[in-house]
Amino acid sequence: MSGVPGHDGWELVVGLEVHCELKTATKLFCGCPNSFGDEPNTNVCPVCLGLPGSLPVLNQRAVELAMAIGTALHCDIRPSTFHRKNYFYPDMPKDYQISQYDEPINADGWLELPDGARVGIVRAHLEEDTGKTTHAGASGRIHGADYSLVDYNRSGVPLVEIVSAPDLRSPAQARSYAAELRAILVATGASDGKMEEGSMRVDANVSVRRAGSSELGTRCEIKNLNSLRSLAHAVEHEAQRQVEVLESGGVVRQETRHWDEDRGATVTLRSKEEAEDYRYFLEPDLVPVVPDDGWRSAVAEALPPMPAARRRKLGALFGDEPVEPGGARSDQVATVVDLGLDELVEAAVAEGVPAALALARTANEAATDADAARRLPLVSYVALLRMEATGELTATQVKTVLADLLRDGGGDPAELARERGFEALSSEAVAAMVADAIAAHPDEWGRYRSGEDKLTGFFTGAVMKASRGQADGKAVAAELARRRAEP
Amino acid sequence: MRPSPARTASALADAVRSGSTTAAAVVEESLAAIAHGDGEVHAFVTVLADDARRQAAEVDRRVAAGEDPGPLAGVPVAVKDNLCTRGAPTTCGSRILEGWHPPYDATVVARLRQAGAVVVGKSNMDEFAMGSSTETSAFGPTRNPWDTSRVPGGSSGGSAAAVAAGFVPLALGSDTGGSIRQPAALCGVVGLKPTYGAVSRYGLVAFASSLDQVGPFATSVVDAALLFDVIGGHDPLDSTSLDRLPPRMASVVGDGVDGLSVGVLTEHLDGAAPDVVRRVHEAAEACAAAGASVEEVSVPEVRYGLSAYYLIAPAEASSNLARYDGVRFGLRVAADDVVAMNTATRTAGFGAEVKRRIMLGTYALSAGYVDAYYNQALRVRTLIAEAFATTYRRFDLLLGPTSPTTAFALGAKLEDPLAMYLSDVCTIPSNLAGHPAISVPFGTGDDGLPVGVQLMAPALAENTLLRAAAVVEAAAALVDGDGNAVGVEEQR
Amino acid sequence: MSATEGTPAGRLTRQEVAHVAMLARLHLDDEELDRFTGQLAVILDHAADVAALDLDGVPPTSHALSLANVLRADEPRPGLDRDEVLAGAPDVEDHRFRVPRILGEAP
Repeated sequence: MSGVPGHDGWELVVGLEVHCELKTATKLFCGCPNSFGDEPNTNVCPVCLGLPGSLPVLNQRAVELAMAIGTALHCDIRPSTFHRKNYFYPDMPKDYQISQYDEPINADGWLELPDGARVGIVRAHLEEDTGKTTHAGASGRIHGADYSLVDYNRSGVPLVEIVSAPDLRSPAQARSYAAELRAILVATGASDGKMEEGSMRVDANVSVRRAGSSELGTRCEIKNLNSLRSLAHAVEHEAQRQVEVLESGGVVRQETRHWDEDRGATVTLRSKEEAEDYRYFLEPDLVPVVPDDGWRSAVAEALPPMPAARRRKLGALFGDEPVEPGGARSDQVATVVDLGLDELVEAAVAEGVPAALALARTANEAATDADAARRLPLVSYVALLRMEATGELTATQVKTVLADLLRDGGGDPAELARERGFEALSSEAVAAMVADAIAAHPDEWGRYRSGEDKLTGFFTGAVMKASRGQADGKAVAAELARRRAEP
Repeated sequence: MRPSPARTASALADAVRSGSTTAAAVVEESLAAIAHGDGEVHAFVTVLADDARRQAAEVDRRVAAGEDPGPLAGVPVAVKDNLCTRGAPTTCGSRILEGWHPPYDATVVARLRQAGAVVVGKSNMDEFAMGSSTETSAFGPTRNPWDTSRVPGGSSGGSAAAVAAGFVPLALGSDTGGSIRQPAALCGVVGLKPTYGAVSRYGLVAFASSLDQVGPFATSVVDAALLFDVIGGHDPLDSTSLDRLPPRMASVVGDGVDGLSVGVLTEHLDGAAPDVVRRVHEAAEACAAAGASVEEVSVPEVRYGLSAYYLIAPAEASSNLARYDGVRFGLRVAADDVVAMNTATRTAGFGAEVKRRIMLGTYALSAGYVDAYYNQALRVRTLIAEAFATTYRRFDLLLGPTSPTTAFALGAKLEDPLAMYLSDVCTIPSNLAGHPAISVPFGTGDDGLPVGVQLMAPALAENTLLRAAAVVEAAAALVDGDGNAVGVEEQR
Repeated sequence: MSATEGTPAGRLTRQEVAHVAMLARLHLDDEELDRFTGQLAVILDHAADVAALDLDGVPPTSHALSLANVLRADEPRPGLDRDEVLAGAPDVEDHRFRVPRILGEAP
């Protein structure tokens, strides 16, 4: 998996910087609502507008969510301070950003990928978000815009920036890290993990080196990665670009590059020579945050189980059959954990439903409306899956009844099945319907008997049609096989 | 000429509370004095006559209704123009904020209003409080009421002059490196810089956030204590606000200095004019006469204060003043792109001294220089704080001059920044340490202009400071205007 | 800053002052550049006593306070009225602050 796709002999080195907006009620330094999508400039006050004379006061909940993230990422939670990062930009009301610089609240942790690899976490620190700029003009983008408009509703929203070590070695691994981190952020309750709304934003530091080398190559930082898909694409394209530069005798320049989704390429934003001089200094309007052991352990105790632990727990339901990393079942487990549907699977298995069935129905069907599924009474869900396990209802019928349950927010599955007219067909009824189908299609039956297996579907379809979908496909297939085997 | 001050704030508030006069009458008297005298002094950038009359009427209504109108009922107060007043101009003496009306009140302004005080106007100041003469105001200089060819000191020169001229009995200023005490000294009034964190900075337009502190000007120590009691105390909107409420100060002012030990700081005598030094010695004798033990003490580290201050304060200022970029409020000078607009706005909106300090601070923080300048200055700050801590194990208070000289002539130092900065040499160490200090008028110099003596104390020792200030004040009353101490001998 | 090493002992150059002005978003004309270079050099010379002190092992003091953990409950407070906020702005369109075109991306 590692390496630069399409270029043997090269190794890819990636570190990710992830900005995560915290799900607090208010902003980091003022009491304005932290709320996405409101009318512009309605959630503002002197502090988040940077009006003269205003002062920041730190949000306790934001600190605790940052500590929760640090705990989940196995970091040291340390005494920390805030600095000012000075640069002019219209979306930054004070023209400096308050950010944790040399004393971050969390440092030196790690994250375990689903494949078991550990990725180092350098730091996870608190900082404030900027306002949002809209570019007016034909392009709607910054370049070529006639002017811009600024909305400060997002200004001062709390962020945690999580910086990984350069431990990632492939586009897929980078994607897997970002997905796992997102799952952790959602599990801690710190974030909704919505990349499309910008509440999780990813920048990638990418470099390449000759396979076997232990020195790091010159890195480029890639911005504007708006989805996991674009992250993997951008890393792959950037690595290939760098290898091509190096193979043609050139040098990679340290710079910031922008991922252009439409062109499928990265383009230069600015070179290192143009890098800002941020003139960091300790923010004199704030005092240090010094968590004691009691505070640290209170945060740790309130932390729910993390995705890796939950995946292991679901995997254990399969007993001796291991869940192969990268396989279909592993994907199902990941889906269930991502959507927080673990309890449905665990409850069903505890009541005797086979683990494979419980996992498949939860990952494939319940997952289509995860919000409703999480609210579903476990007893309804378990009862329904038991009806499938015992053959009372067919898979198709179970899916229909599950949709009803999700729609109604619960109910008695047996009752819903009766209302739908779903009654398990007896094996005699199935045999009779199969016999009818054979009688109606003698030519096809002859071809089937002489070995044309693909006609299984033809006969199953006919029986399904006759039973209006109530026949169990597996039972029909079994009856067809039995009849063919008759002399 | 010795100006005649207004009646004391305590007397005025008592009269309004008891109904023997009205807030309206008191405020009219203040507005009339301003109308009569401020053309020459120019203590105010904005006079808020209509607002003041409305506030006075509200105080009178409360008195009539039998409600408590507050400890400063009807007392006219001048507020330095770097304290936000909702709906009223707050310029910081700068073109860049001309026309800006803050949408909120500073905590200290809100507390003034709650206490029944009436804000009669916004007082002039050096631009963004950067200066020691009130000459860098974009709206023209303030003149010293004792001699209008002289500066009132700065940066809170408007507040000091307004009290000295008798326009108001009380004023608010801010002190980053001496901006309350030095003008108080030059104008012959009392000026207190409280302990860092004792008074909320919320709504004080920042100059250097780790040094700025709001404090009172008054004609007497007890009035200064009264105003400090009103504005001080914890504010949840300021993270650096101390949560220990200071005890009521006004009540301890008369407690004397018997048994206290006072150190006369020799480093601050060294550079001061002989007539100023003489007054300091007289004030020390007065303390001794009142029962304090007095001896000279050297704290060599304070010599580095000025250099450290002129690296730290501009560094913080360069960041605090970045927000004046023409985007959200105040002045904008149009240009084709946002960088050009920011630059044109700041270039047109800031005066020379503000630009100089922004440049100095930006340089002190920039890559390659931050260790040699800014970080080194922070280490010097540690040295000074530790030296004071050692000194205050032996002494309750330190005494010295507030300013090395009496008021200098307008224009004398405007083109020589370093000479101007040296005006703050005695006041800066208290800011670096976060300690309280007060300037008390003590007679005049050879030129007939007022001399201020400075008392310094460790953090949160305002009560000790005010007790000693009252003793010095009482002794000063026995000193004649020609520079000769009288009465000190007799008092013994 | 330029790639040159910090030389507090050396004299401040005109080029450095011009660079600092750029960082601070100030425009200085030639005359101002000369005057500021001279004045800043005098002030920095005065600060040379501080720069020259051997303070290894002395911790920096950024703040006179010894406070820690000053925190606010995560409870909404009323903000400002939008019309009042925008009334003080130099240029507004569509309830947003309008600025001339931005030539570079945010860092």
